[in-house]
Amino acid sequence: MSEITLVEAITQALAYEMRVDPSVILFGEDIAKNGGVFRATQGLLAEFGPERVRDTPLAESMIAGVAIGMAIAGLKPVAEFQFMGFIYPALDQIINHAARIRNRTRGLKSCPAVFRAPYGAGIHAPEHHSESTEAIFAHIPGLRVVIPSSPKRAYGLLLASIRDPDPVVFLEPSRLYRFAKQEVPDDGKALPLDVCFTLRVGTDVTLVSWGAMVKETLAAADKLAEQGIKAEVIDVATIKPLDIETILRSVEKTGRCVIIHEAARTCGVGADISAQVAEQGLLFLKAPVQRVTGYDTIVPYARLEKLYLPTEDNIITAVITAMEYA
Amino acid sequence: MKVVARFEVPYYQFLGETSAAIAKLPEFSQDRKYLLHLYRLMVLIRTFDSKAISLQRTGKLGTYPSTRGQEAVFVGIGAALASDDIFVPYYRDVGTLIQRGVSLTDILMYWGGDERGNCFSQNTTDMPFSVPVGSQPLHAAGIATALKIRGEKRAVLTTCGDGATSQGDFYEAMNLAGVWRLPLVFVVSNNQWAISVSRDQQTAAETLAQKAIAAGFNGEQVDGNDVIAVRERVHVALEAARNEHKPTLLEIISYRQSDHTTADDASRYEAKGARDAAWVHEPIARLRVYLENQGWWSAAEEEAYLNECQAEVEKSVNAYLAMPPQDPASIFDYLYQTLPSIYQTQRDDLLQKGNLEHE
Repeated sequence: MSEITLVEAITQALAYEMRVDPSVILFGEDIAKNGGVFRATQGLLAEFGPERVRDTPLAESMIAGVAIGMAIAGLKPVAEFQFMGFIYPALDQIINHAARIRNRTRGLKSCPAVFRAPYGAGIHAPEHHSESTEAIFAHIPGLRVVIPSSPKRAYGLLLASIRDPDPVVFLEPSRLYRFAKQEVPDDGKALPLDVCFTLRVGTDVTLVSWGAMVKETLAAADKLAEQGIKAEVIDVATIKPLDIETILRSVEKTGRCVIIHEAARTCGVGADISAQVAEQGLLFLKAPVQRVTGYDTIVPYARLEKLYLPTEDNIITAVITAMEYA
Repeated sequence: MKVVARFEVPYYQFLGETSAAIAKLPEFSQDRKYLLHLYRLMVLIRTFDSKAISLQRTGKLGTYPSTRGQEAVFVGIGAALASDDIFVPYYRDVGTLIQRGVSLTDILMYWGGDERGNCFSQNTTDMPFSVPVGSQPLHAAGIATALKIRGEKRAVLTTCGDGATSQGDFYEAMNLAGVWRLPLVFVVSNNQWAISVSRDQQTAAETLAQKAIAAGFNGEQVDGNDVIAVRERVHVALEAARNEHKPTLLEIISYRQSDHTTADDASRYEAKGARDAAWVHEPIARLRVYLENQGWWSAAEEEAYLNECQAEVEKSVNAYLAMPPQDPASIFDYLYQTLPSIYQTQRDDLLQKGNLEHE
């Protein structure tokens, strides 16, 4: 079996589910003939035809609102937003309707839609193409927010998201789209939602991350191992609802917690994890929780974006700070 | 210079201001029973409306948006819809909803702050109320897409007010309906007001109906005080949607004979006398005079029917007031199909809070 990239794993998952479930419909801007600006839907128009793989007019709120209508009417819409920076016109639809329709009809109607968007910096893209604003969605009751960080998890988590009976915001780290290849069996097996994945077992410090920063986090863990520091690495994967239990059990063991995310620091998902560790795990802690995050700034354009992104060294420094505390 | 395109916006009216037929009436108008049915629904809605306002004034109902003056709009729409069409309402659609299995009690529950009023007990086909202005035409477009993909010969009809036509979502939905040729009818109930903003401040466009032209399909104006016109034009639009996948925009024109809601005070912005001036066109008298002229309705029948309406409304109010409260845990229980375990402690906390309040 050949190895595939994260973006190819997305395509593979979409194709698998479209073959087994005729109610799955894909649509978005440039996704049909062009296969999506990142080619995540490449080849799908040819296989599934224009009824099920649709280019839409250029209007993001429309994409979300139509997905909601389709989902309520019994289809399984998977809508693509071209970049996370362009999803904001759809917030009204996602927050006011997708997240609420089950509740506001006491379970009579539901919205099993998936809203896909590439997100994150580090691909030298133009302005507005590098946002990490996942916390906006993580704040909203009724939503799931799922973020893969490897080809295998992209495949398994996307399948799970499409099969989930509730709306899912599925954010794909564009920096990892073609970063690494993995063997991903096309077996239709979904991975569980609402749980963290422990990628590396360790006893000295818990590193908590998601999305593209998992790459730097794993690299930092390798370097720390050379210094004799055994880091446990947790990929949160579903940031809403958050599996705090797995994080707490790890922190109970290690006594140290470093949270790494690319998003701006203030009210980032790291703030909530930190608060929950403080509330429920204070007595486990040998050192204050450390956060390694993007700055509270606008994501800079291509020339400065490298400075904005947390680095392997930033993570190592935070871990050393925690290790030296006690 | 050459002209590359020309467009027309027609206006439809069957019963003129004096209740005389000014055009050949549609077939259904020959049916005395049918017209009386439409008339009775309008009177029932008006009776209900007055009652809802007085319930709000006495603290028994939350904020309520009156439909006074717009009875023909919503009764006409409901009469034209087939039972398996899908209705995507905004929030002033009482006259349509009651023809689709939604009870007056449901409607009171919704405005009385009870979510159960929004999952229309006897209607699983249609969408619930939509309060974010202009957002629901997109859902209608999504539903219409699903019907078309499945090859079902059904139509979707969505309503909104004149203010909603300024929203991007309204235009985005029409644009998609044009491109994808959706079996979808857009109805704008133009009651001249979006809270305090009048129709001429909403848009410089001569008509709201012409907004369809930019989306590539027909728009027309309909006299919203003439229930015969509303019933007929909605019917024609639905047929075009079902049979030819042709969307239509209907701008149905009436006048809001009320404040925006019970929380509003229109005397702050509505010119003195404007409402009274518009009252001469109100829809119920328009049809009543026609029915009386036909010899199909009398003052005695009117009086008896008003009493009937009062009794029916009373019954729905009693059912509303007697409704047992919801289980407090319901605020968690419909968030997701299965509540994620991390929210269980919050749910337990709420139940404990509920128990303490009861003690």
